[in-house]
Amino acid sequence: MVVYGVALLSFCMLVGVFAGDLLGQMIGVEANVGGVGVAMLLLILLSNLHDHGLKMSAPTQSGINFWNAMYIPIVVAMAAKQNVVAALSSGWLAIAAGTAAVVASFVLVPVMARLGRARDR
Amino acid sequence: MIADTLTQVLAGNALITAFLFVGILVWISYFLSERLTSGRVHGSAIAIALGLVIAYVGGSYTGGSRGIADLSLFAGVAVMGGAMFRDFAIIATAFGAHLDELKKAGLVGGISVVLGVVLSFSVGAGMAVAFGYTDAVSISTIGAGAATYIVGPVTGTALGADSDVIALSVAAGLTKSILVMIGTPLVAARVGLDDAYSAMVYGGLMGTTSGVAAGLAATDPKLVPYGAMTATFYTGVGCLLAPSVLFLTVRTLTQATL
Repeated sequence: MVVYGVALLSFCMLVGVFAGDLLGQMIGVEANVGGVGVAMLLLILLSNLHDHGLKMSAPTQSGINFWNAMYIPIVVAMAAKQNVVAALSSGWLAIAAGTAAVVASFVLVPVMARLGRARDR
Repeated sequence: MIADTLTQVLAGNALITAFLFVGILVWISYFLSERLTSGRVHGSAIAIALGLVIAYVGGSYTGGSRGIADLSLFAGVAVMGGAMFRDFAIIATAFGAHLDELKKAGLVGGISVVLGVVLSFSVGAGMAVAFGYTDAVSISTIGAGAATYIVGPVTGTALGADSDVIALSVAAGLTKSILVMIGTPLVAARVGLDDAYSAMVYGGLMGTTSGVAAGLAATDPKLVPYGAMTATFYTGVGCLLAPSVLFLTVRTLTQATL
């Protein structure tokens, strides 16, 4: 049943967000710490249970795959609701700070990836 | 009468209207991608860029803070593109991700998160100093905003920063997330962003969930779960480090120089 897949996805999200909120409160920050990441891990673990006799039927999988495929449209909607005006109109400091952070982070991507791979070898 | 009824139907079924609106937008984008760039620029990259342009137009027209979604006809876009559906879809992308890949880059991904927060904070704080700020609270709040637009206000509120400085930190974070959305497909090849391993490093360094989500969608949707996985820890780590260790460092440095 398609709804089993959707329900499983919902279960993973709620457990993950709950764990992320608890973790945030435990370390004393007003933010969800890694809730979505926990939910993703949980989904990966549950969907790999087929080795242990818990196989998902094709309709169940399609309930998850539908939302996987809706990812890009949802991101497009997210882009269309961003406060672009505020980002562009609040002066040069905000733009300079944001831009410099992005440039510096991009520069470090190949550095960190190389260092990590070198350590793995 | 016909126009009024139509408006009522569209506004009354806001989320459904948003599905149609985004569907048309994506269709136009893929059409442009094929015809104008013969597929070289990803359709999704064009769709995201168009979305941002539309957000700008909507925002300047209404004066609101939610882009096109502040027009009542397009209010559903805020629901469809809100954090709830965004996180739901991001989690769904993990279906089919490989646990081995995640394990392989787990440690370096985690280090990237901490390094990314410290780096963005330092660069943002440096800009604040360059623009003439001298008090540790404002410098730290703007630095935190350069991490993400959530870390900025959380830090500013915790430290008691002025509301205009907090607004500035949000704008710095917004600039970052928008730039990551647009910039990622453009520089992906140059920074070697082409596999699960580099995507986890990238997600950890950038940290803006919306920026990473859109940036990877426009580059290679297969990489989304790996980048999103590390990015989702970034804001939490930022909220932990910025008002504490990083603020204390800034305070020590400003006291030493003044």
